[in-house]
Amino acid sequence: MSEASATPSPARERLIVPAAIQAEIVAHARDHFPRECCGIVAGKDGAITEAVRLTNLEAGVSRYLMDEEEFFRTYWAIENRGESLLAVYHSHPVTVAYPSQTDVAFAFWPEAIYLICSLEHPEAPVLRGFRIVDGTITEVEVEIA
Amino acid sequence: MTDTTTSFITSTATVQVLIPTPLRTYTGGEAKVSASGGTVGEVIADLNARFPGIQDRICEDDGEIRRFVNVFVNGQNVRKLSGAATAVKDGDEIGVIPAMAGGAPA
Repeated sequence: MSEASATPSPARERLIVPAAIQAEIVAHARDHFPRECCGIVAGKDGAITEAVRLTNLEAGVSRYLMDEEEFFRTYWAIENRGESLLAVYHSHPVTVAYPSQTDVAFAFWPEAIYLICSLEHPEAPVLRGFRIVDGTITEVEVEIA
Repeated sequence: MTDTTTSFITSTATVQVLIPTPLRTYTGGEAKVSASGGTVGEVIADLNARFPGIQDRICEDDGEIRRFVNVFVNGQNVRKLSGAATAVKDGDEIGVIPAMAGGAPA
């Protein structure tokens, strides 16, 4: 079932992100600027079906903490309809789209791809994806389709 | 804890536990398992008897819920109830989920 994550292939892992989902994540990041936004991405058999905006409980501009009750409800709604949590996303309002030390320290979900949307260059948002497993960051190729 | 609510309830309840993806390595891939106990802590200990190691992922050494883990009873976070001492009854649904957090470089 999770063969792709259990058996790393020598080729870089790829995640196809539908253009509408990318646009939604960027819109969410812009709506929350200068604060970080966060949300989760559902899918089936590795194909993205939906991005869900969730509430960031952190008041500052450089942290996120997903509302745990919203996350719990949304995660099980996804599971109960036969889909899975493919990715988690958050924004870096003024910095690069690369996992921070905090992102690595709090990466408790190795089965998910961590998507980061950078608004460092506001007119050219960047969306990148990473696996963060036991403190090791591996980039996932994000292909917009 | 000498919470009177929990000390009165000593009977063992059978509950369903919702296991999130990162903890399914312990349950052989099962997303929903049954367990028993009178409190959330007892349910997690019972789970650990069948799935060794899972308790350490959810609880601190003193039995309380880890800071970056959330446990729900019928959708209510036990931090707002009595933590690991929260009483459970037959048919309750216990949900476990890691916190999702991070941030940009300072």
